[in-house]
Amino acid sequence: MSDPFLPTPYRVTSARQELSDVTTLELTPEHGAIPAFQPGQFNMLYAFGVGEAAISISGDPADPTRLIHTIRSVGAVSAALANTQPGTTLGLRGPYGTAWPCAASEGQDIIFIAGGLGLAPLRPAIRHTLANRARYGRVTLLYGARDPSGLLYRTELEHWRTLLDVDIHITVDHADPSWHGNVGVVPRLIPRLGLDPLNTTAMVCGPEIMMRYSATALHDSGLPLERIHVSLERNMKCAIGLCGHCQFGADFICKDGPVFRYDLVAPRLAIREL
Amino acid sequence: METLERIVMAHPFFAGLESELGPLIAGCAKNLRFTAGQYLFRSGEPANEFYLIREGTVALEIQPPGQPPVVYATETTGDIVGTSWLVPPYRWNFDARATTPVRAISLDATCLRNKCEADHHLGYEMLKRFLPEISQRLDDARLQMLDVYARPKR
Repeated sequence: MSDPFLPTPYRVTSARQELSDVTTLELTPEHGAIPAFQPGQFNMLYAFGVGEAAISISGDPADPTRLIHTIRSVGAVSAALANTQPGTTLGLRGPYGTAWPCAASEGQDIIFIAGGLGLAPLRPAIRHTLANRARYGRVTLLYGARDPSGLLYRTELEHWRTLLDVDIHITVDHADPSWHGNVGVVPRLIPRLGLDPLNTTAMVCGPEIMMRYSATALHDSGLPLERIHVSLERNMKCAIGLCGHCQFGADFICKDGPVFRYDLVAPRLAIREL
Repeated sequence: METLERIVMAHPFFAGLESELGPLIAGCAKNLRFTAGQYLFRSGEPANEFYLIREGTVALEIQPPGQPPVVYATETTGDIVGTSWLVPPYRWNFDARATTPVRAISLDATCLRNKCEADHHLGYEMLKRFLPEISQRLDDARLQMLDVYARPKR
Protein backbone atom coordinates (compact mmCIF):
# COMPACT_ATOMS: atom_id res chain seq x y z
CA MET A 1 0.00 0.00 0.00
CA SER A 2 1.42 3.38 -1.00
CA ASP A 3 2.07 6.08 1.56
CA PRO A 4 -0.84 8.57 1.36
CA PHE A 5 1.44 11.35 2.59
CA LEU A 6 4.06 10.87 -0.12
CA PRO A 7 3.82 13.74 -2.62
CA THR A 8 4.30 13.28 -6.35
CA PRO A 9 6.80 15.66 -7.99
CA TYR A 10 5.29 18.20 -10.39
CA ARG A 11 7.14 20.81 -12.40
CA VAL A 12 5.88 24.38 -12.58
CA THR A 13 5.50 25.14 -16.29
CA SER A 14 4.18 28.67 -15.89
CA ALA A 15 3.50 31.21 -13.17
CA ARG A 16 1.13 34.05 -13.95
CA GLN A 17 0.62 36.93 -11.57
CA GLU A 18 -3.14 37.55 -11.46
CA LEU A 19 -3.22 40.22 -8.73
CA SER A 20 -0.54 41.78 -6.55
CA ASP A 21 -0.74 38.85 -4.10
CA VAL A 22 -2.32 36.16 -6.29
CA THR A 23 -0.52 33.83 -8.70
CA THR A 24 -1.74 31.07 -10.98
CA LEU A 25 0.58 28.09 -11.40
CA GLU A 26 0.43 25.55 -14.21
CA LEU A 27 1.84 22.19 -13.19
CA THR A 28 2.77 19.07 -15.09
CA PRO A 29 3.87 15.77 -13.50
CA GLU A 30 7.53 14.84 -13.75
CA HIS A 31 6.41 11.21 -14.23
CA GLY A 32 3.12 9.73 -15.35
CA ALA A 33 -0.23 11.35 -16.06
CA ILE A 34 -2.31 13.92 -14.24
CA PRO A 35 -5.01 12.15 -12.25
CA ALA A 36 -8.57 13.04 -13.24
CA PHE A 37 -10.29 15.51 -10.96
CA GLN A 38 -13.79 16.81 -10.47
CA PRO A 39 -14.69 20.53 -10.28
CA GLY A 40 -14.50 21.66 -6.67
CA GLN A 41 -11.74 19.29 -5.54
CA PHE A 42 -8.38 20.39 -4.17
CA ASN A 43 -4.77 19.25 -4.05
CA MET A 44 -2.16 19.50 -1.32
CA LEU A 45 0.77 21.44 -2.76
CA TYR A 46 4.15 21.05 -1.08
CA ALA A 47 6.80 23.77 -1.26
CA PHE A 48 9.79 21.63 -0.31
CA GLY A 49 11.47 22.82 2.84
CA VAL A 50 8.59 25.14 3.72
CA GLY A 51 5.39 23.16 4.00
CA GLU A 52 2.14 21.96 2.48
CA ALA A 53 -1.14 23.79 1.82
CA ALA A 54 -4.55 22.83 0.45
CA ILE A 55 -5.20 24.62 -2.84
CA SER A 56 -8.34 24.30 -4.96
CA ILE A 57 -7.91 23.14 -8.53
CA SER A 58 -8.91 26.02 -10.77
CA GLY A 59 -8.28 24.65 -14.26
CA ASP A 60 -10.31 22.83 -16.84
CA PRO A 61 -11.31 19.29 -15.80
CA ALA A 62 -11.38 18.29 -19.48
CA ASP A 63 -7.73 19.26 -20.05
CA PRO A 64 -5.49 16.31 -19.08
CA THR A 65 -2.25 18.12 -19.95
CA ARG A 66 -1.90 20.55 -17.06
CA LEU A 67 -3.07 21.21 -13.53
CA ILE A 68 -3.90 24.77 -12.60
CA HIS A 69 -3.97 26.30 -9.14
CA THR A 70 -4.54 29.91 -8.17
CA ILE A 71 -2.81 30.83 -4.91
CA ARG A 72 -3.07 33.86 -2.69
CA SER A 73 0.04 34.69 -0.70
CA VAL A 74 -1.18 34.80 2.89
CA GLY A 75 1.23 32.82 5.08
CA ALA A 76 4.69 31.29 4.76
CA VAL A 77 3.61 28.26 2.72
CA SER A 78 1.22 30.05 0.38
CA ALA A 79 3.81 32.81 -0.11
CA ALA A 80 6.42 30.22 -1.06
CA LEU A 81 3.98 28.60 -3.50
CA ALA A 82 2.84 31.91 -4.97
CA ASN A 83 6.42 33.02 -5.53
CA THR A 84 7.44 29.80 -7.28
CA GLN A 85 9.18 30.26 -10.60
CA PRO A 86 8.73 28.12 -13.74
CA GLY A 87 11.01 25.08 -13.68
CA THR A 88 10.66 24.60 -9.92
CA THR A 89 9.56 21.22 -8.60
CA LEU A 90 6.66 21.09 -6.14
CA GLY A 91 5.16 18.11 -4.36
CA LEU A 92 1.50 17.30 -4.92
CA ARG A 93 -1.03 15.00 -3.28
CA GLY A 94 -4.57 14.67 -4.49
CA PRO A 95 -7.11 15.30 -5.77
CA TYR A 96 -9.20 15.29 -2.61
CA GLY A 97 -12.64 16.20 -1.44
CA THR A 98 -16.17 16.47 -2.73
CA ALA A 99 -17.18 18.11 -5.99
CA TRP A 100 -19.68 20.66 -7.24
CA PRO A 101 -22.91 18.91 -8.32
CA CYS A 102 -22.35 19.44 -12.06
CA ALA A 103 -23.74 16.07 -13.18
CA ALA A 104 -26.69 16.18 -10.80
CA SER A 105 -27.60 19.67 -12.05
CA GLU A 106 -27.99 18.72 -15.70
CA GLY A 107 -31.31 19.89 -17.09
CA GLN A 108 -31.55 22.70 -14.55
CA ASP A 109 -30.68 26.38 -14.42
CA ILE A 110 -27.33 27.06 -12.75
CA ILE A 111 -26.30 30.10 -10.80
CA PHE A 112 -22.64 30.46 -9.85
CA ILE A 113 -21.92 33.01 -7.13
CA ALA A 114 -18.29 33.86 -6.50
CA GLY A 115 -16.69 36.35 -4.16
CA GLY A 116 -13.05 37.43 -4.39
CA LEU A 117 -10.74 34.44 -4.78
CA GLY A 118 -13.82 32.19 -4.62
CA LEU A 119 -13.95 32.35 -8.40
CA ALA A 120 -10.94 30.00 -8.53
CA PRO A 121 -12.62 26.88 -7.04
CA LEU A 122 -15.72 27.58 -9.14
CA ARG A 123 -13.87 27.99 -12.42
CA PRO A 124 -13.64 24.25 -13.22
CA ALA A 125 -17.41 23.95 -12.74
CA ILE A 126 -18.03 27.03 -14.90
CA ARG A 127 -15.77 25.70 -17.65
CA HIS A 128 -17.43 22.29 -17.48
CA THR A 129 -20.87 23.90 -17.73
CA LEU A 130 -19.88 26.07 -20.68
CA ALA A 131 -18.23 23.14 -22.45
CA ASN A 132 -21.46 21.18 -22.05
CA ARG A 133 -23.80 24.13 -22.45
CA ALA A 134 -26.68 22.18 -24.04
CA ARG A 135 -27.05 20.06 -20.91
CA TYR A 136 -28.05 23.04 -18.76
CA GLY A 137 -30.79 25.63 -18.75
CA ARG A 138 -30.12 29.26 -17.97
CA VAL A 139 -26.57 29.87 -16.70
CA THR A 140 -25.77 32.89 -14.53
CA LEU A 141 -22.56 34.03 -12.87
CA LEU A 142 -22.52 36.65 -10.13
CA TYR A 143 -19.04 37.77 -9.16
CA GLY A 144 -18.10 40.22 -6.46
CA ALA A 145 -14.76 41.73 -5.53
CA ARG A 146 -13.47 44.41 -3.20
CA ASP A 147 -12.79 46.87 -6.01
CA PRO A 148 -12.10 46.67 -9.76
CA SER A 149 -8.40 45.91 -9.19
CA GLY A 150 -9.38 42.77 -7.25
CA LEU A 151 -11.18 41.03 -10.13
CA LEU A 152 -9.64 37.67 -10.92
CA TYR A 153 -9.33 36.14 -14.42
CA ARG A 154 -10.28 39.38 -16.18
CA THR A 155 -9.52 38.09 -19.66
CA GLU A 156 -11.66 35.03 -19.13
CA LEU A 157 -14.47 37.10 -17.61
CA GLU A 158 -14.39 39.31 -20.69
CA HIS A 159 -14.56 36.22 -22.90
CA TRP A 160 -17.50 34.76 -20.96
CA ARG A 161 -19.27 38.09 -21.34
CA THR A 162 -19.11 37.74 -25.13
CA LEU A 163 -21.03 34.47 -24.96
CA LEU A 164 -24.67 35.05 -25.70
CA ASP A 165 -26.04 32.27 -23.52
CA VAL A 166 -24.42 33.16 -20.20
CA ASP A 167 -25.64 35.92 -17.92
CA ILE A 168 -22.67 37.59 -16.18
CA HIS A 169 -23.05 40.19 -13.42
CA ILE A 170 -19.97 41.68 -11.81
CA THR A 171 -20.07 43.95 -8.81
CA VAL A 172 -17.50 45.56 -6.51
CA ASP A 173 -17.87 46.80 -2.96
CA HIS A 174 -16.56 50.24 -3.87
CA ALA A 175 -14.95 51.98 -6.83
CA ASP A 176 -13.80 55.32 -8.13
CA PRO A 177 -15.93 57.10 -10.73
CA SER A 178 -13.91 55.64 -13.62
CA TRP A 179 -15.59 52.26 -12.98
CA HIS A 180 -18.72 51.94 -15.12
CA GLY A 181 -19.90 48.64 -13.69
CA ASN A 182 -22.09 47.73 -10.77
CA VAL A 183 -21.22 48.73 -7.20
CA GLY A 184 -22.75 46.95 -4.22
CA VAL A 185 -22.67 43.62 -2.44
CA VAL A 186 -23.27 40.37 -4.33
CA PRO A 187 -26.48 39.33 -2.49
CA ARG A 188 -28.13 42.55 -3.67
CA LEU A 189 -27.99 41.26 -7.26
CA ILE A 190 -29.94 38.09 -6.53
CA PRO A 191 -33.53 39.44 -6.28
CA ARG A 192 -33.08 41.20 -9.63
CA LEU A 193 -32.40 37.96 -11.51
CA GLY A 194 -35.90 36.53 -11.66
CA LEU A 195 -34.72 33.01 -10.84
CA ASP A 196 -36.85 29.93 -11.47
CA PRO A 197 -36.31 28.78 -7.88
CA LEU A 198 -37.56 25.21 -8.16
CA ASN A 199 -35.44 24.53 -11.22
CA THR A 200 -32.18 26.20 -10.18
CA THR A 201 -29.04 24.91 -8.51
CA ALA A 202 -26.71 27.41 -6.87
CA MET A 203 -22.97 26.93 -6.39
CA VAL A 204 -21.48 29.54 -4.08
CA CYS A 205 -17.85 30.16 -3.14
CA GLY A 206 -16.26 33.09 -1.36
CA PRO A 207 -15.72 34.47 2.13
CA GLU A 208 -17.97 32.58 4.52
CA ILE A 209 -20.10 35.54 5.52
CA MET A 210 -20.65 36.46 1.88
CA MET A 211 -21.81 32.89 1.24
CA ARG A 212 -24.22 33.09 4.17
CA TYR A 213 -25.73 36.37 2.97
CA SER A 214 -25.94 35.00 -0.59
CA ALA A 215 -27.61 31.78 0.56
CA THR A 216 -30.13 33.84 2.53
CA ALA A 217 -30.89 35.98 -0.52
CA LEU A 218 -31.25 32.85 -2.68
CA HIS A 219 -33.59 31.30 -0.13
CA ASP A 220 -35.58 34.53 0.06
CA SER A 221 -35.94 34.25 -3.73
CA GLY A 222 -37.52 30.83 -3.25
CA LEU A 223 -34.55 28.49 -3.72
CA PRO A 224 -34.77 25.48 -1.36
CA LEU A 225 -31.69 25.33 0.89
CA GLU A 226 -30.83 21.86 -0.44
CA ARG A 227 -30.39 23.38 -3.93
CA ILE A 228 -27.62 25.64 -2.62
CA HIS A 229 -24.06 24.32 -2.45
CA VAL A 230 -21.13 26.05 -0.78
CA SER A 231 -17.39 25.38 -0.58
CA LEU A 232 -15.97 25.72 2.92
CA GLU A 233 -12.43 26.39 3.97
CA ARG A 234 -10.66 25.40 7.18
CA ASN A 235 -7.05 24.65 8.04
CA MET A 236 -6.39 21.33 6.31
CA LYS A 237 -3.32 19.25 7.09
CA CYS A 238 -3.64 15.56 6.23
CA ALA A 239 -6.42 15.97 3.60
CA ILE A 240 -7.65 12.41 4.22
CA GLY A 241 -9.73 12.81 7.37
CA LEU A 242 -7.19 11.58 9.89
CA CYS A 243 -5.67 14.53 11.71
CA GLY A 244 -8.80 16.50 12.68
CA HIS A 245 -7.40 19.94 11.90
CA CYS A 246 -10.31 20.76 9.61
CA GLN A 247 -13.04 19.23 11.76
CA PHE A 248 -16.32 21.08 11.38
CA GLY A 249 -18.80 19.57 13.82
CA ALA A 250 -19.34 15.99 12.69
CA ASP A 251 -17.58 16.54 9.37
CA PHE A 252 -14.03 16.91 8.18
CA ILE A 253 -13.82 19.60 5.53
CA CYS A 254 -11.08 17.70 3.66
CA LYS A 255 -12.98 14.41 3.40
CA ASP A 256 -16.68 15.32 3.67
CA GLY A 257 -16.23 18.66 1.89
CA PRO A 258 -15.08 21.14 0.81
CA VAL A 259 -18.34 21.28 -1.18
CA PHE A 260 -21.40 20.85 1.03
CA ARG A 261 -25.11 21.12 0.58
CA TYR A 262 -26.03 24.29 2.41
CA ASP A 263 -28.93 22.84 4.39
CA LEU A 264 -26.52 20.34 5.97
CA VAL A 265 -24.05 22.96 7.24
CA ALA A 266 -26.09 26.14 7.71
CA PRO A 267 -26.86 25.63 11.43
CA ARG A 268 -23.15 25.06 12.14
CA LEU A 269 -22.07 28.16 10.24
CA ALA A 270 -23.89 30.21 12.86
CA ILE A 271 -21.84 28.70 15.72
CA ARG A 272 -18.95 31.02 16.51
CA GLU A 273 -16.78 28.33 18.07
CA LEU A 274 -16.76 26.32 14.82
CA MET B 1 -49.92 57.31 -24.96
CA GLU B 2 -48.87 55.99 -21.56
CA THR B 3 -50.10 58.14 -18.69
CA LEU B 4 -47.83 59.17 -15.84
CA GLU B 5 -50.04 57.25 -13.42
CA ARG B 6 -49.60 54.02 -15.38
CA ILE B 7 -45.84 54.51 -15.56
CA VAL B 8 -45.61 55.15 -11.81
CA MET B 9 -47.80 52.21 -10.89
CA ALA B 10 -45.88 49.88 -13.25
CA HIS B 11 -42.60 50.57 -11.43
CA PRO B 12 -41.50 47.59 -9.28
CA PHE B 13 -41.31 49.81 -6.20
CA PHE B 14 -45.09 50.18 -6.27
CA ALA B 15 -45.84 46.52 -7.08
CA GLY B 16 -49.00 45.41 -5.34
CA LEU B 17 -50.17 48.91 -4.47
CA GLU B 18 -53.94 49.31 -4.72
CA SER B 19 -54.88 51.22 -7.84
CA GLU B 20 -56.95 53.80 -5.88
CA LEU B 21 -53.70 55.29 -4.57
CA GLY B 22 -52.25 55.71 -8.07
CA PRO B 23 -53.73 59.17 -8.80
CA LEU B 24 -52.55 60.49 -5.41
CA ILE B 25 -48.95 59.45 -6.09
CA ALA B 26 -48.97 60.37 -9.76
CA GLY B 27 -50.16 63.85 -8.76
CA CYS B 28 -46.71 64.42 -7.23
CA ALA B 29 -44.78 62.87 -10.15
CA LYS B 30 -42.99 64.16 -13.18
CA ASN B 31 -40.97 62.54 -15.95
CA LEU B 32 -37.26 63.36 -16.11
CA ARG B 33 -34.25 62.49 -18.22
CA PHE B 34 -30.60 62.76 -17.25
CA THR B 35 -27.61 62.49 -19.53
CA ALA B 36 -24.63 60.34 -18.57
CA GLY B 37 -22.48 62.30 -16.12
CA GLN B 38 -25.29 64.58 -15.00
CA TYR B 39 -25.96 64.77 -11.25
CA LEU B 40 -29.47 64.05 -9.99
CA PHE B 41 -28.48 65.85 -6.78
CA ARG B 42 -25.49 66.72 -4.67
CA SER B 43 -24.70 66.19 -1.02
CA GLY B 44 -25.96 69.05 1.17
CA GLU B 45 -28.80 70.03 -1.16
CA PRO B 46 -32.38 69.82 0.12
CA ALA B 47 -33.98 66.43 -0.49
CA ASN B 48 -37.03 67.73 -2.30
CA GLU B 49 -37.77 64.55 -4.24
CA PHE B 50 -37.00 60.90 -4.72
CA TYR B 51 -36.59 59.02 -7.98
CA LEU B 52 -37.95 55.87 -9.57
CA ILE B 53 -35.43 54.70 -12.16
CA ARG B 54 -37.26 53.58 -15.29
CA GLU B 55 -34.09 52.96 -17.26
CA GLY B 56 -30.38 53.52 -16.73
CA THR B 57 -27.89 53.47 -13.88
CA VAL B 58 -27.12 55.96 -11.14
CA ALA B 59 -23.93 55.91 -9.04
CA LEU B 60 -24.18 56.98 -5.40
CA GLU B 61 -20.97 58.71 -4.34
CA ILE B 62 -19.39 60.21 -1.28
CA GLN B 63 -16.54 62.67 -1.46
CA PRO B 64 -13.82 62.15 1.17
CA PRO B 65 -11.99 65.47 1.74
CA GLY B 66 -9.01 65.86 -0.57
CA GLN B 67 -9.61 62.51 -2.25
CA PRO B 68 -11.43 61.32 -5.36
CA PRO B 69 -15.11 60.44 -4.91
CA VAL B 70 -15.94 56.88 -3.84
CA VAL B 71 -18.86 55.08 -5.47
CA TYR B 72 -20.46 52.93 -2.78
CA ALA B 73 -23.57 51.77 -4.63
CA THR B 74 -25.20 51.80 -8.03
CA GLU B 75 -28.93 51.79 -8.58
CA THR B 76 -30.37 50.62 -11.84
CA THR B 77 -33.57 50.02 -13.81
CA GLY B 78 -36.39 49.21 -11.38
CA ASP B 79 -34.60 50.65 -8.34
CA ILE B 80 -35.27 53.85 -6.43
CA VAL B 81 -32.86 56.64 -5.50
CA GLY B 82 -33.27 58.56 -2.28
CA THR B 83 -34.77 58.06 1.14
CA SER B 84 -33.63 61.37 2.70
CA TRP B 85 -36.91 63.04 1.68
CA LEU B 86 -38.63 61.00 4.42
CA VAL B 87 -36.45 62.03 7.33
CA PRO B 88 -35.91 65.57 8.70
CA PRO B 89 -33.98 67.72 7.93
CA TYR B 90 -34.69 66.40 4.37
CA ARG B 91 -31.16 66.89 3.07
CA TRP B 92 -29.04 64.69 0.76
CA ASN B 93 -25.96 63.16 2.33
CA PHE B 94 -24.43 61.83 -0.88
CA ASP B 95 -24.15 62.65 -4.57
CA ALA B 96 -26.18 60.81 -7.22
CA ARG B 97 -24.67 60.78 -10.71
CA ALA B 98 -26.15 59.22 -13.84
CA THR B 99 -23.55 56.87 -15.33
CA THR B 100 -25.72 56.17 -18.39
CA PRO B 101 -28.63 58.08 -19.90
CA VAL B 102 -31.34 57.78 -17.26
CA ARG B 103 -35.10 57.97 -17.57
CA ALA B 104 -36.71 58.50 -14.19
CA ILE B 105 -39.84 59.59 -12.42
CA SER B 106 -39.27 62.26 -9.81
CA LEU B 107 -41.74 62.42 -6.93
CA ASP B 108 -42.07 65.77 -5.19
CA ALA B 109 -41.28 65.27 -1.51
CA THR B 110 -43.37 68.05 -0.02
CA CYS B 111 -46.37 67.05 -2.11
CA LEU B 112 -46.04 63.40 -1.11
CA ARG B 113 -45.36 64.12 2.56
CA ASN B 114 -48.47 66.31 2.73
CA LYS B 115 -50.58 63.60 1.11
CA CYS B 116 -49.17 60.96 3.48
CA GLU B 117 -49.96 63.22 6.43
CA ALA B 118 -53.53 63.70 5.21
CA ASP B 119 -54.04 60.05 4.27
CA HIS B 120 -52.31 57.74 6.73
CA HIS B 121 -53.19 54.70 4.65
CA LEU B 122 -51.09 56.15 1.82
CA GLY B 123 -48.39 57.01 4.36
CA TYR B 124 -48.36 53.44 5.68
CA GLU B 125 -48.16 52.01 2.16
CA MET B 126 -45.19 54.27 1.45
CA LEU B 127 -43.45 53.26 4.68
CA LYS B 128 -44.06 49.57 3.93
CA ARG B 129 -42.06 50.10 0.74
CA PHE B 130 -39.34 52.36 2.09
CA LEU B 131 -38.53 50.52 5.32
CA PRO B 132 -37.38 47.31 3.59
CA GLU B 133 -35.23 49.47 1.28
CA ILE B 134 -33.63 51.21 4.25
CA SER B 135 -33.17 47.93 6.12
CA GLN B 136 -31.63 46.28 3.04
CA ARG B 137 -29.21 49.17 2.59
CA LEU B 138 -28.15 48.90 6.22
CA ASP B 139 -27.45 45.19 5.72
CA ASP B 140 -25.48 45.95 2.57
CA ALA B 141 -23.50 48.66 4.37
CA ARG B 142 -22.64 46.23 7.19
CA LEU B 143 -21.38 43.67 4.70
CA GLN B 144 -19.33 46.31 2.88
CA MET B 145 -17.93 47.52 6.20
CA LEU B 146 -16.66 44.00 6.95
CA ASP B 147 -14.41 44.26 3.89
CA VAL B 148 -14.77 40.52 3.34
CA TYR B 149 -12.48 40.38 0.30
CA ALA B 150 -9.55 42.05 2.01
CA ARG B 151 -6.31 40.13 2.47
CA PRO B 152 -6.80 37.90 5.55
CA LYS B 153 -5.06 39.10 8.70
CA ARG B 154 -2.44 36.71 10.06
